[in-house]
Amino acid sequence: MIGRDILGIEDLSRDDIETILETAERMQEIGAREVKKVPTLRGRTLINLFFEPSTRTQTSFEIAGKRLAADVVNFSVSGSSVSKRETLLDTAKTLDAMDPDAVVVRHKVAGVPHRLAEVLEAPVINAGDGAHEHPSQALLDMLTVREQKGRIEGLTITIVGDIAHSRVARSNIYGFTKLGAEVRVAGPPTMLPAEVESLGVKSFTSLKDAIEGADVVMALRIQMERLEGACFPSVREYAATFGLDRAKLRFAKEDAIVMHPGPVNRGVELAHELADSSPSVILDQVRNGVALRMALLYLVAGRGGR
Amino acid sequence: MSRLLGDSSRLSIGDGSRLLIRNGRFMDPTVDLDAAAGTAELLIEDGLIKTLSTDGNPIPEDGAEVLDAEGAWVVPGLIDVHAHLREPGQEYKEDLATGGTAAVAGGFTQVACMANTVPVNDDPSVTKYILDRAEKESPAKIRPIAAATRGLKGEVMTEMMALREAGAVAFSDDGSTIMDSGVMRRVLEYSRMAGKPVIVHAEDCALRGAGVVNEGAVATKLGLPGNPAAAEEIMVARDIRLASMTGAHLHIAHVSTAGAVHMIRKAREAGLQVTAEVTPHHLTLTDEATLEFDTNTRVAPPLRSHADIESLRAALAEGVIDVIATDHAPHASYEKEVDFTEAPPGMLGLETAVSVSLALVREGILSPIEFVRRLTTNAARLLDLEGGSLQPGGVGDIALIDAEKEWLYDPAQGFSKSRNSPWAGETLTGKVTATVVDGRLVYHHERTTNAEYRFDERL
Repeated sequence: MIGRDILGIEDLSRDDIETILETAERMQEIGAREVKKVPTLRGRTLINLFFEPSTRTQTSFEIAGKRLAADVVNFSVSGSSVSKRETLLDTAKTLDAMDPDAVVVRHKVAGVPHRLAEVLEAPVINAGDGAHEHPSQALLDMLTVREQKGRIEGLTITIVGDIAHSRVARSNIYGFTKLGAEVRVAGPPTMLPAEVESLGVKSFTSLKDAIEGADVVMALRIQMERLEGACFPSVREYAATFGLDRAKLRFAKEDAIVMHPGPVNRGVELAHELADSSPSVILDQVRNGVALRMALLYLVAGRGGR
Repeated sequence: MSRLLGDSSRLSIGDGSRLLIRNGRFMDPTVDLDAAAGTAELLIEDGLIKTLSTDGNPIPEDGAEVLDAEGAWVVPGLIDVHAHLREPGQEYKEDLATGGTAAVAGGFTQVACMANTVPVNDDPSVTKYILDRAEKESPAKIRPIAAATRGLKGEVMTEMMALREAGAVAFSDDGSTIMDSGVMRRVLEYSRMAGKPVIVHAEDCALRGAGVVNEGAVATKLGLPGNPAAAEEIMVARDIRLASMTGAHLHIAHVSTAGAVHMIRKAREAGLQVTAEVTPHHLTLTDEATLEFDTNTRVAPPLRSHADIESLRAALAEGVIDVIATDHAPHASYEKEVDFTEAPPGMLGLETAVSVSLALVREGILSPIEFVRRLTTNAARLLDLEGGSLQPGGVGDIALIDAEKEWLYDPAQGFSKSRNSPWAGETLTGKVTATVVDGRLVYHHERTTNAEYRFDERL
């Protein structure tokens, strides 16, 4: 996968995903050492290009790069590019001139990493583009499920919440279905995108039906500021209808795990008591995020890199 | 005449006083004439069609200059009822010289230009300015469409009588849909007195919201905000009701959905004065063209589904949709090199309209003569313009179309100032080979080049 762009799970084969997950499993060991650093990417430069702030994802990529001894530079572009009359092409050319070995891109609009990848010499890793894809998140989710359940094939995964605006949902739908799981989505009809079943999922507006027999229940973060009153009438009603708590979770399998890409709106998507302890694996997800991103950087910017 | 064409010296095959066209397949939809190559000839004298011989007898040359059509179709000059030529105010995208040259390179001898210039064409002085500039700069004849409301704000109607007097051929706020139904009603009522159509970009802005691609499986997959077909259909329904109420001539621009087609068909059956246009891109591209996030596929209304295309094609063949219009919308490269939601909607159309739309002829949806009718004769009738015919006494505007010719479309080598086309770099089939305006050859595919206007400020 050397030199390859990681733009979305949709573009990855099952073999690609297996390779990434296996590599990440080897990387987990490094994070458990006392000295959490290996010289694998020494002398290589990684640019975190974030057009939209995301402390968690950016930090995870930064730590991943540093554990592999890469030089990590954070390049934050605030505000609209149009207001500065700088085009994406300009930005890409500017970065390319600095000869990075990998560029991690986050943007609020779908498709930007794809457009940059067309121009950039270095491999591009999509760290989330609009409501399109967030491949590293889905891969770390798959890594976590495999760690918890020992397999993915044959499992039932239910994703709950704002599917329409969620890149995490799309990437996880592609990933888990490619690995042989059944994926269901649930949310109010205002948060289910048009023809959602064309993505290969079953859709539900009843939480109970959606999590019936599920092995994994993944709650998505609700953008309360932006969507309250537009896509759902009130936070209270959303929490009552789709918020997960121990009572609702009884419909899932007894050993079901609860996941969330974070940060959690406590008492909204997840009841307070579910956020912190079993069956929630939220902190495992975060921990695995570093190992998974180390694997991605190693695979695309490693040995044969520029 | 345009400096761009280096005036007539290089191009013209005469002084324009007498031009004889022969050796082509002559088509005139006004009399259902489709004469096999070699059986007809046409003489233009002093800008007007003098003789159309269809009985196989050659017209004596008598010193006339001769244009050999080399077997191409010889048809009335094409007429575009919907283009954005950007002058005045946005000459970095296009101006009347480059837009007019792109027009004749695409076979268009008359182009109706939309009012969203800077300043807006909502005042007779702007209309006159456009006509004066066009007279000097554009090889194609420019027909300004004036705004329906001042500043395209959808509030106060424009001085339609004065605008008509200045040369406006229709009224439209185009992309700025008049959302206030009361204002729209008055605009339609008042337009009856001016005797000119009101052209609408039918779209419920609130329902569209931030939508940039057709709402459906593709939008869902891409994670881009969807614009539902219902946003168009609601306004088509409203405007047809208002046309019925007022008796005005309503023209619906760039129809894109099967539901809108259905309502227009019903309105026509009811005898309402409702006409409609469709663009080459809505006839041939679906929302799947956006799968690579190419901002050149961002148009308003958005590219729709296969089912919509089928419906649009059937309606065009039936005559429920009257004309093919380009919605030529140039934008500078840097304006399109941004994220998909920030890219301004629109694509070039003048130079590719014939080539792209000829797919419908090849697929048997339109016969050649019906194809021609929708690009000229119907457009002339729609906007009450000259042309659209090869009959003697009519204006000497002619386009030559080689329907088989393959060519590589490279916008950088084209005549528009902008390059925003999803067909860039593609080999297209069918090409306009020559264009005659008022009896003067203004474009010839082998002789007209853009070399002399590759000036520095070109973007």
